[in-house]
Amino acid sequence: MVAYIVRRMLATIPVMAVVAVFVFFLLRLAPGDPAAIIAGEDATGEAIAAVRAKLGLDRPVLEQFGVWLYGLVQGDFGTSIFSNLPVGRLIAQRIEPTLALTVSTLLVAVCLAIPLGVLAAWRAGRWADRVVMVFVVMGFALPGFLVGYVLIYVFSIKLGWLPVQGYRPISEGFLPFAESLVLPSLTLGIAYMALIARITRASMLEVLSQDYIRTANSKGLETRRVLMLHALRNASVPIVTVIGIGVALLISGVVITETVFNIPGLGRLTVDAVLKRDYPIVQGLIIVFAGAKVLVNLLIDISYVFLDPRIRY
Amino acid sequence: MTGLLASTLRRMAVAVALAVAASTPSPVLAQEKVLRAVMHADVRTLDPFWTTQTIAGIHGMLVYDTLFGNDEDDRPKPQMVDTYELSPDRKTYTFKLRDGLKFHDGSPVTTKDVIASLRRWGAKDSAGQRLLSFTDTLEAIDDKSFRLALKEPYGMVLETLGKTGTSVPIIMREKEALTDPNTQITEAIGSGPFKFAKDQWVPGSKTVYLKNADYLPRPGNERPSAFAGSKIPKVDRIELVWISDPQTAMSALVSGEIDFYEQPSVDFLPILQGARGVKLMKGGKIDTLFGLIRLNHLHPPFNNIKARQAMYHLVNQEDFLRATIGDPNYYTVCHGMIVCGSALANDAGSAMMKDYNPKKALQLMKEAGYNGEPITVLFPTDHVSITPATQVLIQAMREAGLNVDAQSMDWGSVVSRRTKREPPAQGGWNIFLTTSGTVAGSNPVLHTWIGAACDKGLFGWPCDPEVERLRSAYGFAATDEEKKKAARDLQARAIEQVVYVPYGQWTVPLAFRADRLDGIVPSPGLAVLWNISKK
Repeated sequence: MVAYIVRRMLATIPVMAVVAVFVFFLLRLAPGDPAAIIAGEDATGEAIAAVRAKLGLDRPVLEQFGVWLYGLVQGDFGTSIFSNLPVGRLIAQRIEPTLALTVSTLLVAVCLAIPLGVLAAWRAGRWADRVVMVFVVMGFALPGFLVGYVLIYVFSIKLGWLPVQGYRPISEGFLPFAESLVLPSLTLGIAYMALIARITRASMLEVLSQDYIRTANSKGLETRRVLMLHALRNASVPIVTVIGIGVALLISGVVITETVFNIPGLGRLTVDAVLKRDYPIVQGLIIVFAGAKVLVNLLIDISYVFLDPRIRY
Repeated sequence: MTGLLASTLRRMAVAVALAVAASTPSPVLAQEKVLRAVMHADVRTLDPFWTTQTIAGIHGMLVYDTLFGNDEDDRPKPQMVDTYELSPDRKTYTFKLRDGLKFHDGSPVTTKDVIASLRRWGAKDSAGQRLLSFTDTLEAIDDKSFRLALKEPYGMVLETLGKTGTSVPIIMREKEALTDPNTQITEAIGSGPFKFAKDQWVPGSKTVYLKNADYLPRPGNERPSAFAGSKIPKVDRIELVWISDPQTAMSALVSGEIDFYEQPSVDFLPILQGARGVKLMKGGKIDTLFGLIRLNHLHPPFNNIKARQAMYHLVNQEDFLRATIGDPNYYTVCHGMIVCGSALANDAGSAMMKDYNPKKALQLMKEAGYNGEPITVLFPTDHVSITPATQVLIQAMREAGLNVDAQSMDWGSVVSRRTKREPPAQGGWNIFLTTSGTVAGSNPVLHTWIGAACDKGLFGWPCDPEVERLRSAYGFAATDEEKKKAARDLQARAIEQVVYVPYGQWTVPLAFRADRLDGIVPSPGLAVLWNISKK
């Protein structure tokens, strides 16, 4: 197992190297010039050229890549073109809100979607199943920003129960922290819940048709034990896989959700940096997101060992 | 199954209760008056000279002070300056600073700081460059007094020192002012009414300013008028919250989470008008922005004056303004290049602009040698006002029979692409649209888009020495009559040469919580955030 983990960790190095190369050169291929944006609306071509030279953007692309890569291997993501602040610091400032949002979404989604999926499978073809499936279809079909605006209108503007926007760190108290996350988590989680509930239902349906489930039922075991201990555990590998795949969904989802709810997380940082062509920030963020994705995949693979004793590495 | 759900919910409730019990709310800062404002952009840079972005000017005006401040009629009034004298030959200004001016670190403001700041600003800003080009000497007499000696009696000295909008001539410490103008300063220590809280700055999210309790406003409680009058910091803290989504910002204002929204989207104005506690306010006596169509004078067809003039006949300003703003209460049709409603507004040369006539436009294009070649229009798809205006132009051109190559891109790409001088087929362009502030557009010298300085000018590179001569003539006009004549002559020539095609001007009103805020001072340029008190 340890050897497997070490092998997997080592395998991330070429993956990250490929990501680094791609993100750097794709950004340079994209149209846009940060110097022109920095210099501002009324800047002359001369002024823009001066900014470009000062930022080193007029140097050969390979030279720029070398400078960035040299810093990166030393753990230095570079400096923001606009704010002149270290990218590492900017990312660190934004990690907490994004982490809080993704973890709360994950918790809400898993805690609600798995029981819903189990319920739908258990009551397959009946009204409970249909209600869950309607929710699933809506969850997939409704765009996140629309859900967000509707939730804001109902719960913030009309009822005044929850804040429209912003993030309150947990250091300001749990209640404001939780309040600031309720609507964003629901918005971000709805598609995720739909995905997990759908897979849970499908996986459970397959398991519930197995002979050992019939045996368990005929032995007179109570339904809860049959569903949770016998069926759900054996159906869990595809569910956990989808939860892992869904992390990528969350990463892309935070970009929209953080914008709609004005949460100062990594998603907002990404959008702003892309629009401003703040290359070092975009590069740093993609590396962080890629690293997170690789790590989540590793954790999911390791979890298989505990969920299915037949799996060994 | 019900038991299963109930058990899960029970466990979640216990977890939440434990977390609530474990967390200790942070102490609330008692009675602190906080002004929460959403501006049109986020503060990204600390150096107001490094960029011409308007938000950098707003940041600069909060943290730093200026020698002069222009009032609502755009007349310069002393701010840091106590008294000043002009020699009889109108060539030498002597300024004396007010007593007791201090930077936020406690050090006194001296003429060394002033001179270094003006030199740094003058190296970057076009109006500053012009002023310094006419300057013979700029020297300190003592710590409080300095002298500006001109080579010629340039009449725009005080207006230039009081200019707002972009690249405001703020006064920084000599230490920062000696930094290379193309290198961004990293400290924001000024002598203005608010102190920048660098440790609380989260670029892209929030910028915090704390009341400068030591700030010395102009004595006598002078009536605030735009940037003139006594500046009094009346709240303990200003938080510029960056909400990029206009719908969310609007909702935050309606729900009372923010107090001040500088530029709400025009689509939401009817909602804000009906929202309880919210009030809309126009920026000042004139509109705040004007729109312009810039043609590339370097390449066919617009290197031919007839093709450029043809574009006037394709622009019905009402169409553009309805698409951009919608509500006629907030826009003005303006057939001039000096902003309508300003002191120098006039109708010289405007007849050509009033003749909307697509057939005539096509005829003129043909006379200019146009034969159906594609005309490259840079089409931003993400700009709140420029996107609809560009769509209207493209439609008008196509209906007239022109072959339009509309190249869709984000605004950031337009900003980059418009700097390219190559022919359109090689990555250049023929047309882009933009907007500009009316404060600068009211003054021939500060109005950069009316310039025709060839390679040294703005994108599109109109080239006409006569336009530049007339701009300078305005700068040397001694009387109001001479200034008006110079402005008329300039506008007539600029319209004839088609330095740009205007498509109207408009105001985006600011929205604020009238049930919480008092003392908002209208300003057509930058938002004025001092003198605002919170109930």
